[in-house]
Amino acid sequence: MSRLPFYLLVGLLLVAGIGLSVHRHISLEVPWTPGEQREVWEVEALVNFTAQGGPVLVNMALPSHQQSFRMLTEHTASPGYGLAFLEENGGRRAQWSIREASGSQQLYYTTQMLATPDARPVPTEPPALGGDIIWERPYDTAAAQVIERAWNRSADAFTFARELIRDFGDERQGENSRLLLTQFERGQLLVRLLNQAGVPAREVSGLLLEDARRRQTLSQWVQVFDGERWALFDPATGEQGRPDNLLLWEASGQAVLEVQGGTNSRVTFSMLNRNQPAAAAVRSQLAEDTLLNFSIHSLPLEEQALFQTILLIPIGALVVVILRILVGIKTSGTFMPVLIALAFIQTTLITGLVGFLLIVAVGLVIRNYLSYLNLLLVARVTAVIITVIAIISLFSVLAYRFGLNAGLTITFFPMIILSWTIERMSILWEEEGPREVLIQGGGSLLTAVIAFLAMTNPWVRHITFNFLGVQMILMALILLLGNYTGYRLLELRRFKPITED
Amino acid sequence: MWNWTMGNWTSPDKLRVKGIIGMNRRNIRYIGRYNDRRLYPLVDDKLKTKLLAQEHGITTPALIGTVATQFGVKHLREMLRGHDGFVIKPAKGSGGKGILVIDHVEDGAFVKPSGVRLTLKDVERHASNILSGLYSLGGSPDVAVVEALINFDERLAEYTYEGVPDIRVIVFLGYPVMAMMRLSTAASDGKANLHQGAVGVGLDIATGSAIRGVQFDRTRLDHPDTGHELASLHIPDWRTLLLLAAGCYEMTGMLGYLGTDVVLDRDHGPMLLELNARPGLAIQMANGEGLRRRLDLIERQPSGVPPEERVAFAQHHFARRSELETSTEATAEAV
Repeated sequence: MSRLPFYLLVGLLLVAGIGLSVHRHISLEVPWTPGEQREVWEVEALVNFTAQGGPVLVNMALPSHQQSFRMLTEHTASPGYGLAFLEENGGRRAQWSIREASGSQQLYYTTQMLATPDARPVPTEPPALGGDIIWERPYDTAAAQVIERAWNRSADAFTFARELIRDFGDERQGENSRLLLTQFERGQLLVRLLNQAGVPAREVSGLLLEDARRRQTLSQWVQVFDGERWALFDPATGEQGRPDNLLLWEASGQAVLEVQGGTNSRVTFSMLNRNQPAAAAVRSQLAEDTLLNFSIHSLPLEEQALFQTILLIPIGALVVVILRILVGIKTSGTFMPVLIALAFIQTTLITGLVGFLLIVAVGLVIRNYLSYLNLLLVARVTAVIITVIAIISLFSVLAYRFGLNAGLTITFFPMIILSWTIERMSILWEEEGPREVLIQGGGSLLTAVIAFLAMTNPWVRHITFNFLGVQMILMALILLLGNYTGYRLLELRRFKPITED
Repeated sequence: MWNWTMGNWTSPDKLRVKGIIGMNRRNIRYIGRYNDRRLYPLVDDKLKTKLLAQEHGITTPALIGTVATQFGVKHLREMLRGHDGFVIKPAKGSGGKGILVIDHVEDGAFVKPSGVRLTLKDVERHASNILSGLYSLGGSPDVAVVEALINFDERLAEYTYEGVPDIRVIVFLGYPVMAMMRLSTAASDGKANLHQGAVGVGLDIATGSAIRGVQFDRTRLDHPDTGHELASLHIPDWRTLLLLAAGCYEMTGMLGYLGTDVVLDRDHGPMLLELNARPGLAIQMANGEGLRRRLDLIERQPSGVPPEERVAFAQHHFARRSELETSTEATAEAV
């Protein structure tokens, strides 16, 4: 009888459970603890233009997942316009269209970006060089000289870019640079020069995030590729590196905004910084559920709330398993304590305990009378059920009259389970005496309270709800516990006399 | 504080040295491995056990009748006519629940061993409760079994209070491995259940003499009610009893880990009362020894050995010397 398949199964469950959880933690930024705060930026882009009375096509670049930022949600507000999201040349774009529009038009786009220091870096596909670059006289000689000057003072693509940009800086601006700047816009010029020197580069647009700023515009940046990775340069200073608060809005070298059928188009941005609890930040993740990212969050909110409770039941059951197998506590009804603990979640602990004791005590007294009536079992238990309902109703009304609103939650107790508990305890009392009733009743309550504490622990709630892999780990644990042949804690006490001689 | 803690608790190592088996180990290693679930109904249903025993020539208390329907309850009076003492028990009861013992009938009143008098109505109600499943596992409908009261051996009368003492023998793979006698007390209300306060007396497998006694898991030298010392307790007809217990292995179709409850009848000798596929662990307390080593030894024995040889093997290997005599000697010397 080999136990190998068993341990393989347990190992498999553990690996799968831990793997799934770690995957969720890393790829979706779901934190391990519920208290962690996450920075969320809410950015609103407002597109303004004057329509000329004919068909209008507005095409705007959109941000996507990038280093340091993860997109949570996005919305648009553009009454009357058709809207499509497009993937073009490695960048995301929104396309608004309308058959007829005139006058001033406003289109809104808002997105929530989660600031995460360790988000995945931008994928590095080697860019194509911009073909042959043709300069007109006399710019060609100027360009060649500028390139040569910077080339000699540099070692690789990045240092070359830095030197080139510095040559256009205010201090070192030479004759050639000034000449070129009269003809070209600075960012485009730099990209041209870099490309001519055989260095892949592109001009990108980014938004410097600052809390509660309005009417901001995008700033231009130059991205240079050295054969392995991209680096960002400030076209004004030549400084290399991405500022922490820079959100790249358009990162594929395309235009940010193209409007057909309108004039005076411009886009401005306003932004807001909010600190959200991590759990809430997770909840607003975009629904991009693959099989691996299988998540309860894709369900409607009401079902989510239901699942939050359902996913806690294995935790309560684990408490029961531990207390019975490892400790040896006797309970009345194996999983009755879990159901009681679930009721406690609704009623809060103290109200729940008081309510439970009241119902069971009164129930026992009435059940004691019922046993004189010599009824058949099913009829008697049914009578107990009705009695329990009567007790609950009476207590609810009394509690309400005395202004104890907490007493109303007593209705959350599982009535059938309570009736069976009363029936069992009553029989136990008759056969084994009140001591055994106290032991089993106390054991059940103790188990229920511990299960309640475990199930209401914020960390446990967070983990079970956000990491479905944990269920597999629980399963593996319970399988292992089911295999435990050692002594129970209470047996160390029970068998004590035997070791005395 | 430390002393207090240590005073009530022992360490797993000490228990392991003694060979004590815990609940988890019993469930997984013995019941789970050796007791085929398919065979459980044979032992969980006392009526089936009884009929099976009669087939295999194993003595059991005489069956007066059974009550299977609520309608049949009305016929109890006729069934009981002419029987002085009887026992009504649920066929599928557990842990001694729902067993009603009537010692004798006096002026139409049914007298329990404790002297409490019941009316026919009470007895009928008890039977009706049994039928509706009050005492059976999971509350499933049950059958009430009425059997003749055992005329238990007078030689043992002074060791017990009210109830009938029975002998529990653990039979492992057909070998009797450990035995104890359960003496009812006032505390146990005439019932032979250890956790209700009956006294358990460990019995030497070789001879059937007492080894040591326990009540509520603590050592006892005498019976709490009769005051009779336990050291002199000796079961007559011991080998026959062991043979009867060992034979239950074949009778049940090879239930490997079995608790057999046997009573001694004045006229018929050892009788099988009931079987238990989940026998408790208190027998280790009564014997002052763990089951582990004995079970390990049996597991190494070949299968297919006839009952006589198994009993001989057990009597040879599991012989013990009474602790009661040594302890009484020790106290005598001390005085």
